[in-house]
Amino acid sequence: MLQYLLKRLVYAVPIALGVSLVCFLMVHIAPGDPLVSVLPADASLDLQNQMRAAYGFDKPLPLQFALWILRALSGDLGVSIATGRPVAAEVWRALGNTFMLAVLAALIGFILGGLFGFVAGYWRDTWIDRVASGLSIVGVSLPHYWMGMVLVIVFSVQLNWLPATGAGPGGSADWVWDWAHIRFLILPAVTMSVIPLGIVARSVRALVADILSQEFVDALKAKGLTDRGVLLHVVKNAAPTGLAVMGLQLGYLLGGSILIETVFAWPGTGFLLGNAIFQRDLPLLQGTILVLAMFFVTLNLLVDILQTWLDPRIKRA
Amino acid sequence: MTAAAATADKTQKQTAPATASRGYWAGVLHRLMRNKLAMVCLAILVLIVLAAILAPYIAPQDPYRGAMLRRLRPIGTPGYPLGTDELGRDMLTRLLYGGRLSLFIGIVPVLNAFVIGTALGVIAGFVGGKTNMAIMRTIDVFYAFPSVLLAIAISGALGAGILNSIISLTVVFVPPIARVAESVTTQTRSLDFVDAARASGASALTIIRVHVLGNVMGPVFVYATSLVSVSMILAAGLSFLGLGVKPPEPEWGLMLNTLRTAIYSQPYVAALPGAMIFAVSICFNLFSDALRSAMDVKV
Repeated sequence: MLQYLLKRLVYAVPIALGVSLVCFLMVHIAPGDPLVSVLPADASLDLQNQMRAAYGFDKPLPLQFALWILRALSGDLGVSIATGRPVAAEVWRALGNTFMLAVLAALIGFILGGLFGFVAGYWRDTWIDRVASGLSIVGVSLPHYWMGMVLVIVFSVQLNWLPATGAGPGGSADWVWDWAHIRFLILPAVTMSVIPLGIVARSVRALVADILSQEFVDALKAKGLTDRGVLLHVVKNAAPTGLAVMGLQLGYLLGGSILIETVFAWPGTGFLLGNAIFQRDLPLLQGTILVLAMFFVTLNLLVDILQTWLDPRIKRA
Repeated sequence: MTAAAATADKTQKQTAPATASRGYWAGVLHRLMRNKLAMVCLAILVLIVLAAILAPYIAPQDPYRGAMLRRLRPIGTPGYPLGTDELGRDMLTRLLYGGRLSLFIGIVPVLNAFVIGTALGVIAGFVGGKTNMAIMRTIDVFYAFPSVLLAIAISGALGAGILNSIISLTVVFVPPIARVAESVTTQTRSLDFVDAARASGASALTIIRVHVLGNVMGPVFVYATSLVSVSMILAAGLSFLGLGVKPPEPEWGLMLNTLRTAIYSQPYVAALPGAMIFAVSICFNLFSDALRSAMDVKV
């Protein structure tokens, strides 16, 4: 196990390097001067060069990349061009809000998705399966930003039960877990939970159906094990792959929150990313993408390790 | 292929023994036709595509001409069956025209990725060794991004526009398709009939063209069809964010965005473009599922 762990860690390093290179280059393939958004149109050449040097844009690209990586490793992601504040602090604050939203959405989505998938797989080809599978296909086909709008129309505009946008009466700065704040979290979290719900349900259904068709289940039944006992075996066998699917889905939620955060004006990383894009704030864009992508790489690694630990049959090659 | 045909024959023996000698594709078609849900979905998709193509002939109004005096009319207004948008343009007309761009920017990235991803996967799987390493490790790096983040990051860096949104979504869908193509190619390459072909003097190109592609295209195609729904949702999502199609072009995602301000006055009109995205996306998903089971593909 220890050897596998080390091997897996060593393998993650080139991936992480590659990911950071893509993050770095992505911003440098962008057309136009990165400083155009802050410099006045009639800025003198002298001032332009001065600014370029201040942000390090005057150095050759490989050197810029090396410097950027080294600074990022020490927690310094540069300074936002638009606000002048350190990128790391901005990303960190936004990450907390996204985390809160994504974890709650994941909980709702995983519990419901797991339940739908399990029920559908267990009572395969019955009406229960058709209903549960139908719901999960609706889940994967829904444009979630549209569903967010529909929920706002129903629960905010027509019923006036929940707020349409924002993150609490005092903004996200003084978040407390009371009803006045939680009200703001409900609609975005429910909307977001639909993304993993469908996929988890479909994966779990396929898993359970596959396990139930294996011979050992017949053997368990033949030796007189109760239905509940058989169920326990199915859960145990489905758990490693099921958890892996869920781990990846949590990563997708953290990285793909921009559409939902835009609909609900939720001040998380997606919102920050949107601002960075439209203000052409390259350091902020680079920093946010890097942090989110690294989160995903780490999560992938953890999921792999967890899966191998839970299910020793997986080859530790 | 032969294994799939064998199972196809096996399932048919129970229902129609007289036609058991049918070919593989005839069997696939037969099973697909028997799936009522898939046929309904296909009919809806064909209808939407036809409506989009024929929009200039069947749309009742001009999609760009609005009037401030008739802004945000409700559904069922005489002359404007689906109401009007925030600039007084006919919703029915814009939804019909919107299908052109929405379908285009949703489907083209998957087509691109199908060609590029299959090529990369087949080369990596067939050549193996260092080439495989180079291609697959590069693909791993792109695979290590959450898809929405990658699409938005590339679009954000390149700037808004139809071409940029197609490029960014192509980059998103190449890695998963290449992975499937690579794994199927690697499996196929080690089968006996490939050795037999090689022993009887077939060139590498012939083996790839006849034996490898013949076995890889099917599963990869089914997998690609399952990506169309995600691509439709993401492409419209990019426009929704202002990173795709630019106004005043009619496109479902963009229409949804500009109508967000209207949810208080005309909620049903505002929700219409999203309903179109949903309809296309669920039909593609259901049809892709049916195709998968009809072709007996497991990817």
